[in-house]
Amino acid sequence: MNNRIKHLREQSLNAINCISPERALLMTEFYKSDEAQMVSTPVKRALSFKHFFANKKICINPNELIVGERGPAPKACPTYPEICIHSLGDLQILNEREKVSFKVDEETFKIYEESIIPFWTGKTNRDKLIGNMTPEWLNAYEAGIFTEFQEQRAPGHTVLGKKMFQRGFLDVKQDIVKAIETLDFLNDNEAYDKQEELKAMAIVCDGIIHFAERHADELENLAKAESNSERKVELEEMAKVCRRVPAHAPETMHEALQHYWFIHLGVISELNPWDSFNPGRLDQHLLPFYEKEVKTGKLAEESMYELLHAFWIKFNNHPAPPKMGVTAKESNTYTDFCLINVGGLKEDGSDAVNEMSYVILNVIEEMRLLQPSSMVQLSKKNPDRFIKRALRIVKTGFGQPSIFNTDAVIQEMLRQGKSIEDARNGGCSGCVETGAFGTENYSLSGYFNLAKILEVTMNNGVDPRKGKQIGLQTGELSSFNSYEELFAAWQKQVQHFANIKLRGNNVIERLYATYLPVPFLSVLVDDCISKGRDYNAGGARYNTSYVQGVGLGSLSDMLASIKYNVFDKEKVSLDDLKKAMDANFNGYDQLRSDLIYKTPKYGNDDDYADDLAIDIFETFYEAVNGRPTAKGGVFRINMLPTTCHVYFGNIMAATPDGRLAEMPLSEGISPYQGADTKGPTAVVKSAAKIDHLRTGGTLLNQKFSPQFMEDEAGITQVMNLVRSYFRMDGHHIQFNVVNADTLRDAQKNPESYKDLIVRVAGYSDYFNDLGEDLQNEIIRRNEHTEF
Amino acid sequence: MRAIVFDIKRYAVHDGPGIRTSIFFKGCPLRCVWCHNPESYKAGIESICRSNRMGNVDVADETEIGKTYSLGELISEIENDQLFFDESGGGVTFSGGEPLMHIDFLEAILKACKEREIHTALDTTAYAPKDKIDRIINHVDLFLFDLKHMIDKDHISHTGVSNKSILENLKYLADKGREIIIRFPMIPDFNDSEENINLMLDFLNQLPKKPAFHILPYHRTGQDKFRRFGIENSMPDIPSMKEEDTEWVQNLFRESGYKVNVGG
Repeated sequence: MNNRIKHLREQSLNAINCISPERALLMTEFYKSDEAQMVSTPVKRALSFKHFFANKKICINPNELIVGERGPAPKACPTYPEICIHSLGDLQILNEREKVSFKVDEETFKIYEESIIPFWTGKTNRDKLIGNMTPEWLNAYEAGIFTEFQEQRAPGHTVLGKKMFQRGFLDVKQDIVKAIETLDFLNDNEAYDKQEELKAMAIVCDGIIHFAERHADELENLAKAESNSERKVELEEMAKVCRRVPAHAPETMHEALQHYWFIHLGVISELNPWDSFNPGRLDQHLLPFYEKEVKTGKLAEESMYELLHAFWIKFNNHPAPPKMGVTAKESNTYTDFCLINVGGLKEDGSDAVNEMSYVILNVIEEMRLLQPSSMVQLSKKNPDRFIKRALRIVKTGFGQPSIFNTDAVIQEMLRQGKSIEDARNGGCSGCVETGAFGTENYSLSGYFNLAKILEVTMNNGVDPRKGKQIGLQTGELSSFNSYEELFAAWQKQVQHFANIKLRGNNVIERLYATYLPVPFLSVLVDDCISKGRDYNAGGARYNTSYVQGVGLGSLSDMLASIKYNVFDKEKVSLDDLKKAMDANFNGYDQLRSDLIYKTPKYGNDDDYADDLAIDIFETFYEAVNGRPTAKGGVFRINMLPTTCHVYFGNIMAATPDGRLAEMPLSEGISPYQGADTKGPTAVVKSAAKIDHLRTGGTLLNQKFSPQFMEDEAGITQVMNLVRSYFRMDGHHIQFNVVNADTLRDAQKNPESYKDLIVRVAGYSDYFNDLGEDLQNEIIRRNEHTEF
Repeated sequence: MRAIVFDIKRYAVHDGPGIRTSIFFKGCPLRCVWCHNPESYKAGIESICRSNRMGNVDVADETEIGKTYSLGELISEIENDQLFFDESGGGVTFSGGEPLMHIDFLEAILKACKEREIHTALDTTAYAPKDKIDRIINHVDLFLFDLKHMIDKDHISHTGVSNKSILENLKYLADKGREIIIRFPMIPDFNDSEENINLMLDFLNQLPKKPAFHILPYHRTGQDKFRRFGIENSMPDIPSMKEEDTEWVQNLFRESGYKVNVGG
């Protein structure tokens, strides 16, 4: 990277995360206006969008090439009072907490106290949401049976397709106008609703174009005042770019990147949708520009890299909006889960790896930034050179890129009823979620604590932590005479809690559809325009709502322990085991040692435990998959935890596998930390026993010490390991390449490891930003060191 | 028919090509002082005490070194990773101890592997009569041949046996055109003299085809095991050998046209 980029990168790394009241103030101002009271909800949302982009501060940082910030400065993060409000206490915590803090200045405190909080109290979507949930839902939620994604952040979970790299907002506006003209008010009883939604879409197109024009104005002003002639020319050129995009389709690499960036800002400012937003298959989208400009020599390769580096830094300037509430333990991170896809297959099914794929891999390696995160899609049709190149980056140990099985991902989508072209144009985003890019709303709805449900089952429906009856009365522990009886009781409880969760989701989906439509996101995702329907109301071509199962490995070990030690070997009675668990194994060292060291565990290619993982998976699948959502879509499952396995473990007592109270659960479909002792082939074989193709994503984390990829032969064997896992339809694998001593040292001397990025679970994070328990867990994760 | 195996290591990537499963038979006729698997010396199952650590708590536990396998059981262990073998061009490596000590079992399992299209490697000291070699020669795709010392007196003093049959078997295998990788455990002050290295080179030069030459620099891992398993240890407490200390040997063999590798 050149000096300018080095400087911009430093600036981004050193920028302090803080809360900006700008957006909250502009929203309050607009919501109070007369105009806001007169119009339909979609139009109101569109006008608020326009108001925000017409009035927010234009931020152009010194020496920048790609411009535009969500806040008034890098890492100045807005809040979204339509969704939820941060109390003064919340702001205090954000300001003072050690990890993932956001600074709040005096002025901001004052603004929240005097303007934001008084106006929005009782009016937020979160108020509506909680108010609409049943007592059963609230009990299960508080007990930690499941979480709710849409409680503090809007549904998003989607990725841009190729359409917007080929069209400008003036082009799509014509589609919108046409759609309005063809509305049939005589025969279509939804015609008015569609008209309002389409009007809203047209307004946001104007809004984002205006925002770019404001940048152009500012850039021209800066150019006039600039004394450095080189920079002057550059500023004039940047102004021209902002005059052209996003109004028109981009024609150059620079325009394409700036075009996307305005779109990105539009999506993450309209609301705070989950998983930020994402350009998706970036190597595919940029190839035409590469061929047109770089191959012909019009754009020097150096300049292309400079633009891409500058683009990368913009992502890093935008932390995930912080949560409210003191106990927001789940998913606490600056990362906003933007996952750039490289490789895979083209729409016609041929190998999609191209020159741009390698260029992007170079950028990932050189930038070493937390955001954007990156992944490679690996198909059996992709060359070894591609995956080896990716593994050489993995080896450097900052957790990127993760590796996905394109062929499995496509089959997952075909099974869900997508066209083969849409499936091939898709990929994965967030942590590991499968989706059709540009055509699908695939929202995560919440984590589902499969292990906690066993705890509740073993307590006859009572949550032992709170002593509250939250589940069904499936029988006292002493009444179970066989493993099968106990398992059947667990199955009943899963069904029970899944029903509660899905009922809640269907209400929440309607709340967003009714009160918080997203006309801007709707413009971007097909077929919202042609249907005249909002993204949040089922406008996308495909609509999937996921429930994410957590604790597969841990629960398999818990069940295996009961089956093996209580019923098969009769080493301990169920009651005595429960007594030991209730005592947190205090005074039961011998028993605990047997549970840990002499009991079959998931992750060792041992059918005894792995078969139970399959049973768990199938039960969860049956409880969720295929049921209808309020958007006219379908509920499906995936198996990923983000960091929720820490929270879910934290609210649980000691368990039959020998795990102590409050310790984290296993993450994704990975074995419990340290339970796998037969090496990586055994791990991936265990993991491949569940049917990945019937999920929308699974997460497998494999920690390697660096020696494993030391030489070419090592890289080749890791590649073969990955290819083998993918032959068994494994969905995803990621490698944490770092040794435990390094991590321990980092824990002791965080100041020396400010740049240490580790793979957490489906994403990477700064080691220093992780809580101590999560740090310890990462250290413990089994290291497959060579002999 | 059963054999005692003391370890099965999956994802073994240094015992032949590709991803392999290495099977370690228990029992060895040699007593190499630098051995890094001294628990393989004795042929029978041994009981040891180990401690299971859980946080700050240690729980004593009786455990066994070695487990008996029937042919069917061991084949099924090997077949567990057949997909990885196929993908990587890997296979199974029989090691030990000395696998030739279990000749009936070894012959049968090698045949069973070949019936299943599994690539086979034999990691051997080749300290065995020729008729044993004849029984397995056609079922082994690759010999990992441990060559420890050329001077018989030193060989005897450090391994307990003569190298006569070992060198004969090496020549025999080479004459039969078998694929061979020489594995040379380079041990300070035992076999790293210029004299020994040159004798080795001369011997290998006379073979009809130059085998690949792998240097395994001395590693201290064995020391801890001697202690842990309570086995008498005559190896002096010296540090592990550094890769750069093997450079002159690497260069010598490379210049003579050998494909050289360090670390297996």
